[in-house]
Amino acid sequence: MSDAPVVVAVERPRRRRLGRYVAGKVGGALLSLGLIAVLGFLLFRALPGDPVTTMTRGRPVSAAQIAELEAAYGLDRPLIEQFWSYLADLARGDLGMSYTFRVPVADKIAERVGPTLLLVGTGTLLAVALGLWLGTRSAWRRGGRFDKAATGVALGLWSVPTFWLGLLLLSWTSGLFPSGGITYPDTPPDFWSQAVDTAHHMVLPVITFVAVVYAQYQLVMRASLVEELSAPHLLTARAKGLREDQVLRRHAVPNALLPTVTLVFLHLGLVVSGAITVETVFSWPGLGLLTFEALRGPDLPLLQGTFLVLAAAVVLANLAADLLYRVLDPRVRAS
Amino acid sequence: MAAAVAVAGFAPVAQAQEEAPRGDVTLRVAVTQEIDSLNPFLSITRTGTDVLRTAFEQLTTYDAATLAPVPALAERWEPSADKLTWRFTLRDGAVWSDGRPITARDAAFTFDLMMRDETARTANGNFVALFESVTAEDERTLVVRTRSPQATMTALDVPIVPEHVWADLDPGAPPTFPMVGSGPFVITEFKEGQYTRLVANDRYWRGRPRIDRLDFVYYRNSDAAVAALRNGEVDLVNRLTPAQFDELADEPGVSRNKAKGKRFNEILMNPGAADSAGNPIGDGHPALRDPVLRRAIAQSIDTRTLVEKVWGGYGEPGSGYIPPVFADFHWSTSRPFDIAGANADLDAAGYARGPDGVRVDPRSGRPLALRLLAHAGTNFDEQSAPYIKGWLGELGIAVQVQAVSDTKVNEATTRGTFDLAYSGWSANPDPDYVLSLQTCAARPGADGKGATPDSFLCDETYDALYAQQVAEFDRGRRAELVKRMQQRLHELAPMVILGYDDMLEAWRSDRFAAFQVSPDPGGPIMNQQSYWGYYSATPIARAEEGGNTGLVLGAVGGGVVLLAGVGWWLARRRAASADERE
Repeated sequence: MSDAPVVVAVERPRRRRLGRYVAGKVGGALLSLGLIAVLGFLLFRALPGDPVTTMTRGRPVSAAQIAELEAAYGLDRPLIEQFWSYLADLARGDLGMSYTFRVPVADKIAERVGPTLLLVGTGTLLAVALGLWLGTRSAWRRGGRFDKAATGVALGLWSVPTFWLGLLLLSWTSGLFPSGGITYPDTPPDFWSQAVDTAHHMVLPVITFVAVVYAQYQLVMRASLVEELSAPHLLTARAKGLREDQVLRRHAVPNALLPTVTLVFLHLGLVVSGAITVETVFSWPGLGLLTFEALRGPDLPLLQGTFLVLAAAVVLANLAADLLYRVLDPRVRAS
Repeated sequence: MAAAVAVAGFAPVAQAQEEAPRGDVTLRVAVTQEIDSLNPFLSITRTGTDVLRTAFEQLTTYDAATLAPVPALAERWEPSADKLTWRFTLRDGAVWSDGRPITARDAAFTFDLMMRDETARTANGNFVALFESVTAEDERTLVVRTRSPQATMTALDVPIVPEHVWADLDPGAPPTFPMVGSGPFVITEFKEGQYTRLVANDRYWRGRPRIDRLDFVYYRNSDAAVAALRNGEVDLVNRLTPAQFDELADEPGVSRNKAKGKRFNEILMNPGAADSAGNPIGDGHPALRDPVLRRAIAQSIDTRTLVEKVWGGYGEPGSGYIPPVFADFHWSTSRPFDIAGANADLDAAGYARGPDGVRVDPRSGRPLALRLLAHAGTNFDEQSAPYIKGWLGELGIAVQVQAVSDTKVNEATTRGTFDLAYSGWSANPDPDYVLSLQTCAARPGADGKGATPDSFLCDETYDALYAQQVAEFDRGRRAELVKRMQQRLHELAPMVILGYDDMLEAWRSDRFAAFQVSPDPGGPIMNQQSYWGYYSATPIARAEEGGNTGLVLGAVGGGVVLLAGVGWWLARRRAASADERE
């Protein structure tokens, strides 16, 4: 009871430091988002091609109709004016209307984000789990037959083009799994039928996704664990009489995890966009496929919208990694 | 019979949940293009219009065999003596899919909306551009007055919408399902980026289709679509590559259709691009203004070899401007492949060869070094460009091939910033639109906007013939004029017509009988100008069970995942205990 005030006195500056740390990181993230918003506008205006020309090509249109379209899209206004109205709309949370699909961009993205998260989320979880497990085992018996085989296979798959691997799987499994999409139109609408059908459709895309990305988790985990294995505290742990399994699990792996966690979070943001090839091969109706479609045209509002969402995912994942690091690693807290 | 087929051939499991009792025959069509919108006023994509054509009738449609205009919602039509007023008599007894009668008022409402509302003009605005007024005189008589005589009035590709549904709607609104329509099928479901489902329209005036459902399933790439056909996940696939088409030759249960294409592929030769006011724009090589040079180039390209080598024989070498599939309007010709002759012509015209073998333009003094713009990623362009470069090299022309994005090619060809460029258009049963691309009026404004030119040709004779054909209501006489226009194009040679690629399709002939192609013979099943292909779908009885495969495979897939998980867990346990033993 008597030493309570002392504890509070110690806690307060630490909390303040935490607040400053979080505010700094969040502020940085917000600044990045702002820059992304500006970049998103400028980047796609630099693309060759005029959306109205692309849209009207191959069908009879009068000059008046072309002018109407340009006016409707605001493309007839000076660039700076378009930029201000883009920012004003963005501030209100309005991402604009898609040129091609004639629906609000936000609706379009909302429809597509679910499938992408399902595919990428499942894929990343499996890839991380597989990578960490293989990496740990390889490092523990480094140089052994398992290590050589696992590392070789991982590197092999890592260098395989996603598109090619996907098509190969498709032809190898001939008919065992659906050739594309997320459900069959014929599947009954009840939850279980839909879930089973979706799982069935997910098998090949997820395998393709995992096969190509798990190597990086495995190799980083392996490298950092190898480094950790010669650390003196493991000797201490063994001297205490811990079993090898416990030494590995309680002392070596937690320390070796840090670089891998960084990698996982850095990639968590990127995987959303990294799914483009997998989505294209398996016609998975996600954000990657949407971005791909929007590039033809170009469908400027849709591109801006998907760019914003994909870039924001990277920024948020980084922010999460920064904050989580503080929890995981006491050294970051102390600095 | 349909019921018997339904019971024999398909598992009833999936249909148990359906509200309305129906048969169970679904034609599943693979499409490789996403649908932009199912709003009939907005949709401009090939796939979108293909779907809408099966759900909304037009006043007229095209004969399955000949592609000549034939009655659809309008039973007959008559232009006035001054050619400016058209009276369409609508069919008696045709009803919308909700049972309300289809009247002239619906048609008048549709056209009137397009004339009043900018959004409603998005997809098909050109058809009403020269309308002066549209009125429904009574339930069955539609009267349209045009500002000038229009031969295209019997080819108004405008889906007629029901007034009682659309009167209170924003014309740009996304559709609600089921969509009240008038075609052989009713659109009932649209799953973003996945599929569109239609069901047979029981009230269709020509009679209910023989199938119950029509699914358009989206595949991003044609390899996946072909795999789906092989696995029996879809029944009909189009736009196959020659390699895919050949591979399917021996596939059991699959039949193929090699159809004449409606697209012509060309190489434009910038004849001196100018804007709509006649002021030069762009940076085309000045020598190309000389028709002698353009003809020499055209003569040095062996279209026969291109068809054989690049399309694997699945196409026809270039001839007239209107593709041969539109037999009534096609003008057949052939330019002999003769590089020696072309060389002689150029020698005579004063194009002397420089020391490096490249000819020099006598007027500007510039060597004949020409850029050839190609679409990056388009097989035909990428594979044919080396041949063309070789042939023109023999002619003393140095060709530099530039493969760039489609949008970049479009931009360059609208602004006149090209020498030679790949291009091509899909023609329609009514030739007016592709003919208009070569008129002076197709030239853009000074900023390269406001119109879509093709070759930047501006020729008085051609324009006069163009004006004559659009005012000529007699099909035979109009065809004569159209052929003369093609002859004129051939002489002026602002482009080389390289050829017309076949449309390669395949279908599950163990599930469906042969489809009605259009035109017949030689036409495609999908992407017709009408709905004959899908409407003609006829299921054939099948012995074995097939409907449950999806669920079975789902269970198998789930089992595989489960087994893998268990295996992983076991391996992990074993590894852990091995560690402990050490």
